[in-house]
Amino acid sequence: MITKKIKILIGKPGLDGHDRGAKVTALALRDAGMEVIYTGLHQTVEQIVRAAVQEAVDVVGLSIMSGAHLPICQKLLDLMKVEGIQEIPVVVGGVIPKQDIPKLSELGVAGVFPGGTSFDQIVDGINEVAK
Amino acid sequence: MGVAKYIKDEKDSIKEVIYQSGIKVKPVYTPKDLEDVGFEYDNDLGDPGEYPFTRNLHPQGYRSRAWTTRQYTGFGTPQETNERFKLMISHGQTGLNVAFDLPTQMGYDSDDPKALGEVGRVGMAIDSLRDFEIAFDGIPLDRIGSGLTINAVASIMLAMYQAAAEKFGYPKEKISATPQNDILKEMIGRGAWIFPVEQAVRLVGDSIEYSVKELPRCNPVSICGYHIRESGANPAQEIACAFEIAKAYIENVQSRGLAVEDFVGRFSFNLNVFGNLWEQIAKFRAARKLWAKMLKEEYGVQEKKKLFLRGLFGGGGSGLTKEQPENNIMRGAFYALGAALSGAQTTALCSFDEAYTIPTPRAALLSLRTLEILMDEVGLRDTVDPLAGSYFIETLTKQMETKIQDEMKQIQDVGGMVHAVASGFIQRKVAQQAYEYESGIQKGVYIKVGVNKYALGSEAQTDVELHEYDEQGVDKQIAGLNELRRARDNREVKRLLKELDKAARDGRNVMPLLVDCCRAYATVGEMSGVFRDVFGEWHEPSIF
Repeated sequence: MITKKIKILIGKPGLDGHDRGAKVTALALRDAGMEVIYTGLHQTVEQIVRAAVQEAVDVVGLSIMSGAHLPICQKLLDLMKVEGIQEIPVVVGGVIPKQDIPKLSELGVAGVFPGGTSFDQIVDGINEVAK
Repeated sequence: MGVAKYIKDEKDSIKEVIYQSGIKVKPVYTPKDLEDVGFEYDNDLGDPGEYPFTRNLHPQGYRSRAWTTRQYTGFGTPQETNERFKLMISHGQTGLNVAFDLPTQMGYDSDDPKALGEVGRVGMAIDSLRDFEIAFDGIPLDRIGSGLTINAVASIMLAMYQAAAEKFGYPKEKISATPQNDILKEMIGRGAWIFPVEQAVRLVGDSIEYSVKELPRCNPVSICGYHIRESGANPAQEIACAFEIAKAYIENVQSRGLAVEDFVGRFSFNLNVFGNLWEQIAKFRAARKLWAKMLKEEYGVQEKKKLFLRGLFGGGGSGLTKEQPENNIMRGAFYALGAALSGAQTTALCSFDEAYTIPTPRAALLSLRTLEILMDEVGLRDTVDPLAGSYFIETLTKQMETKIQDEMKQIQDVGGMVHAVASGFIQRKVAQQAYEYESGIQKGVYIKVGVNKYALGSEAQTDVELHEYDEQGVDKQIAGLNELRRARDNREVKRLLKELDKAARDGRNVMPLLVDCCRAYATVGEMSGVFRDVFGEWHEPSIF
């Protein structure tokens, strides 16, 4: 059986510039055989959604370190609905306090990978949500 | 990259130790090692306070003066920040180290749509001089120095600091500000850049030139190997990048007709303390020496004090872990010990809860106490450069010097730092190393206590108290901004912004006009907006 290569967009929304996590994860996903598109820094939610549409990705991943993960995810998911791409699963990594994980799930985020999650767990998680 | 690589046999006996900079460590060092690396006291060390300053900048080190502590502080509104400043000063802190929120760092006003959700989150929100008047109210700005952690718009903040100080009655000759102002490292590591590389470096040059002429006690740039190391560089690369960045700024200012001798004494450095203890100590000692030698031999700087590598050795952020966060208190103490053994002039320590949140008051105080205990209790002030003459440390310091020079050569070979950043050369290298290190942690090649050794599992993870984000503070900040826009002389603001536009286009030094704009209560967003129009924004090179 030939499995299709997963195409994932890694987005850095907002003003935060700490991109070590995003870059390192992008490299790990690429090593795991995925096609990775990295948006670069300082992206608006609109830019990320546009890139997801244009690149026809299978998964959207966000890296958020500033603490603004709840409002940003809310806005992204709303806009994805408007653009009719709400079926693309969204996953989030970064500085995410434990108590916010259920809140993100409620919003419709498919996977949360707080700092300290291993590459294997992230790869498995993304394979799972991309099914 | 906190740890070295250890190769062990089946009995847990260590067979090989390889530091991150690539130096192999032997089980025993003897006078023969010093001979092998060509160690000579006068050339390599000299007495403390003497060229090349490997041992210390001052003849008696901490005996004559303990280090300056400068914990990173600032959150929410200027009012809250002011209260925290006063608290830290009352606890014995001797300098301020100011944190700004992301909209301010990125040149947006608090009511800009791009600022949504970020106002006052990771530092204080500054929209105009009015906010500085609140934040620094009652702080003796002629005695307390302030580090301003801001880069892309550092020129604006330096101008605003001057305007605020003058309002309080402190003449500009008396104030001591150290804006971080190192935009090249933002492009490698921390990410708070706005303008394209060349124009961004020009703004750094403008603020250095202006400080040399107008602000005799200000240090207009703090070059940060720190964040480059946090992004994945090894200790030798950290120093090499910092020095190559410094050279880029030196050359910009030199091209304006200023003599290096007349401005380089104002440069300071911000360097990282986490990692292997011995490797850090060797790094700092080698760095002091190399900097002095470079300035003297390449740039002909003569005056002794201008050869000093001054700065903050501290932080240690990426050595801290989310797992078992209390362990970070101990880590911080050991990192600070390394800084003290290296003769750090100024220091600060990341707080144990920083992997989660901006520090709570309790955590920030613990960091300060850690630094105070080293100076006041356990004997770090007893004698200067206590490790000097150690067969191991002196061999390692020599080896580190060579590694740093090799790394500098690589940057020079691609055309210097401006090119290395514009092309993504450095970013690519640093990201790849960060990935290899992270993989190494996950595979157990590098040991991190509480993470891949002695881990407790996720259920047993400790919760830390989080610093709450204050939504009401945001409303207050925006209301204040709106009121300011109504109350100020808007015609004057408009006129000055137009002048600023012209100066930026004509290639004149923008600093005097920025001071005028600040005095007239132009906002950070308005002044940055002028630069955005004139310079455009940077597009990161793709590194994948």
